[in-house]
Amino acid sequence: MMQDWASWAIETAKRRGATYSDARVMDIRQRELGTKNGEVGTLVESETLGIGIRVIAGGAWGFSSTDRLTREGIQACAAEAVAIAKASALAKRADVALAPEKPHVDTWQNPFLKDPFRIPVEHQIAVLLAADKEMMRVKGVTLAEGSMSFKRIDQLFVSSIGAVIHQVKMHSGAGIVATSFAGTEIQKRSYPNSFGGQHALQGYELVEALDLAGNAQRTAEEAVALHSAAQCPEGTSTIILGGSQLGLQIHESIGHPIELDRVLGQEANFAGMSFLTIEKLRKLKYGSDIVNVVADARLEHGPGLGTFAYDDEGVPAQCTPIITDGLFTGYLSNRELASAIGETRSGGTMRTESWNRLPMIRMTNISINPGTWKYDDLIADTDDAILMETNRSWSIDDRRYHFQFSTEIGWEVKGGKLGRMIKNPSYSGITTEFWNSCDAICSRDHWTLWGTPNCGKGQPMQTMGTGHGASPARFRNIKVGVAFAK
Amino acid sequence: MAKAKKKSATKQPRNSSAPQSSNHPSGARFTSSELDRIADRIIKWSNADETEVEIDATVDALTRFANNTIHQNVAEHTLGISVRAVVDGRTARATTNKTDEESLRRVIAAAVSLARNQPENPDLLPLLGPQKYQKVSNFYRSTVAATPHDRARAVARVCKMADAADQTAAGIFTTGFVQNVLANSRGLVARHDHTRAEFSVTILEDNSSGWAKANSADILNIDPDALFESASEKAAGSRKPRELPPGRYTAILEPPAVLDLVGSIFYDFAGTGVLDKRSCLNDRMGKKIFGDNITLWDDVYHPLQIGAPWDGEGLPRQKVLLVDRGVPKNLVYSRATAEKMKTKPTGHGFTLPNEFGEAPMNLVFSGGDKSVDDMIRSTERGILVTRLWYIREVDPYEKVLTGMTRDGTFLVENGRVAGGIRNFRFNQSVIEALANVEMLGPAVRSAGEESFEMVVPAMKINNFHFSEVTKF
Repeated sequence: MMQDWASWAIETAKRRGATYSDARVMDIRQRELGTKNGEVGTLVESETLGIGIRVIAGGAWGFSSTDRLTREGIQACAAEAVAIAKASALAKRADVALAPEKPHVDTWQNPFLKDPFRIPVEHQIAVLLAADKEMMRVKGVTLAEGSMSFKRIDQLFVSSIGAVIHQVKMHSGAGIVATSFAGTEIQKRSYPNSFGGQHALQGYELVEALDLAGNAQRTAEEAVALHSAAQCPEGTSTIILGGSQLGLQIHESIGHPIELDRVLGQEANFAGMSFLTIEKLRKLKYGSDIVNVVADARLEHGPGLGTFAYDDEGVPAQCTPIITDGLFTGYLSNRELASAIGETRSGGTMRTESWNRLPMIRMTNISINPGTWKYDDLIADTDDAILMETNRSWSIDDRRYHFQFSTEIGWEVKGGKLGRMIKNPSYSGITTEFWNSCDAICSRDHWTLWGTPNCGKGQPMQTMGTGHGASPARFRNIKVGVAFAK
Repeated sequence: MAKAKKKSATKQPRNSSAPQSSNHPSGARFTSSELDRIADRIIKWSNADETEVEIDATVDALTRFANNTIHQNVAEHTLGISVRAVVDGRTARATTNKTDEESLRRVIAAAVSLARNQPENPDLLPLLGPQKYQKVSNFYRSTVAATPHDRARAVARVCKMADAADQTAAGIFTTGFVQNVLANSRGLVARHDHTRAEFSVTILEDNSSGWAKANSADILNIDPDALFESASEKAAGSRKPRELPPGRYTAILEPPAVLDLVGSIFYDFAGTGVLDKRSCLNDRMGKKIFGDNITLWDDVYHPLQIGAPWDGEGLPRQKVLLVDRGVPKNLVYSRATAEKMKTKPTGHGFTLPNEFGEAPMNLVFSGGDKSVDDMIRSTERGILVTRLWYIREVDPYEKVLTGMTRDGTFLVENGRVAGGIRNFRFNQSVIEALANVEMLGPAVRSAGEESFEMVVPAMKINNFHFSEVTKF
């Protein structure tokens, strides 16, 4: 039926005057579980099926979407998309032109071992409650939480140039959090990452590999121990960022600035713009010579939340060098905007949250290439630093210059050894100054493709999953402790 | 912006038409009785001990512009049918957007199956029976009637004005309506339809920018031209921004900036937040922690608020005094939280099941009588802030937040606006800020990007901590 629905949309759009159209039918199934202090909280399954129709008519864009999947409903939706495009033309400066793309016909599904929807929900609850029990066993823990989420996206893309692409993607994620309130402080530790844990384009095998219960006690003990840890000093310091924190640093200070729609002002009213204006391409020294970053949506990069075979305007997944030996070398682009940077083809980064949202330029997997350092050697090579792990808060200005991050936990590094625990660690800086201060990156053995499931952008707002491969890295002369300065 | 505006674009409603009945809203896919029939069928077919159904039918459209042209223009027609089953003291939820019998029976079975396969929940309460609701009217045919051409014409006009001023405009114009039904197997039925309209504009110059936004149930309260003028004036007034050193300044926050700052404390007033010891009000209830001039209500019935008069379980929302002259007085409670905390529910629960309990979602501050101009005139040296951006919590108990100023930040010197400045990062305790409020403006309905809409005043706050400065 998906093929019929999409065909009805394309035919109607053409009949109504569209010069280009594409249709996305998406059938999305989700399961969300949450536990808190020994009890089940969220327990929800959802399904949503509909079609989004994007057209160019009168040289301008229109989009409409519906879950009324009758011939009449889809034809009305396609007609509305064309009418909207014609309204858009009232404030048009130039006709929309798309970079050429072949009409791909293909089918793809990401590999996974265990379908999470076939795992009994009582088993999944038991896994969360077992971790919960371990956390609550630790004296001083005032709140134990666990969560799992699973999503299966079955989608068909059809375009008026003849593309027919069927993709099925399976996402899984899980994590735990221990919180401790004492005196005038709330401290928390998360495993394996904050804000829902680890997320990837995998099946239930991801959750099994995390061993939530096996890591619960240590996580909880660290949350309690933070109350008696030393406060992060205020000043300038060498810092070493753990892999997941570096992943978020990449997301905010590289991933967003390279979005070409943002660079060209299309997000000026909401998500903001970018310092990375076009004349900086292949000229700006973004980072130190050892910094190499790619935007890689291909499966060979790993099972990230930004992995797919084709983007949501039918362009195959690609690997784009973003920073090459420290030099800024590439943007995230689409068919409409690629020409603005002299490219003849889209970089394949158009993604949509669901059938009722317009595809837009989004991060795929924005990853820093592994360096050469073994983790123990990096610590041993560091005289005086603060190791910061697991994000607690993040903020960056609307052109992506100035950022401030804080993490859940820190550790002193003194004379090449890990020292005492540090609480409330934070650091801040200017994006390019920060990346140019990087002098060591750990090797492939310490590299993880982290999943960020909650990236917001666009109006209406869309939430998208992105991937960020990173290993621990060292940065010199970084401002620390400002967040808690009085 | 400091100078008196030619038109009031973001404040009280003007020329508002009366709310209308919405039994057959033009353009809706479903009549009220059709939505009722879907709910009735689910309750009839369900084999759960108890069944609750929530249905949302939404039509939304949004015209987005940037670089003085429309670059995105979208519409959506969506339906959400959400079924909560209660089986042997356990509950779970399943949702679908399909209305055929097979799909409805499948969503019932999914909810029942999920509910069965979990431990018993000792805190689970029986569903509510029929309730009486105070009428709220948030449905306007004027908003429903807006077409893509209406939005495009307004946007084209704004883009033309921006062109004429040698400025660049970006923004949105959105309209929509939602039909909502909540029903359960104990006979509770609640219906609420509401419309929404919003216009937001950012005006860019080479090295400055300005912003304005308005939001209302009635599109007739939205004046795109006046919003453009306000944003345009801010962009022009902040050209060639100078860099000031970070430090503690007197800050004059316009209502959207106040909204985004104080919006971060809404969950602290949840009973569950206190019970879980993650609220900044732990050990602070009944103590004077804010200034005498801070009084805060949750009030869905306030004329400038929009929302359904019931909570996630269908309990009528109450008006709750949260802060009385600087003293946190009351929290809000769902039914289950109220049982645990041995008090009465207030009608602020989220849909079940969830682990977060409840929250006040219709905040209304008691304002003052000072205008932003009064605040500027009384300030020897301070910072005037249009809006804030990317606000995140640094310290959850002291409620220290970080974030940036954006789109119109000005130095105030000797009682007047002395020009634009580069944007600051702040690290500021909201508790401390609300203890340092020297002046308040009238409370107005305001919309930002970091929090939901609420009724807030402009505030003049002493000793505000701007910790670092950025490059623009």
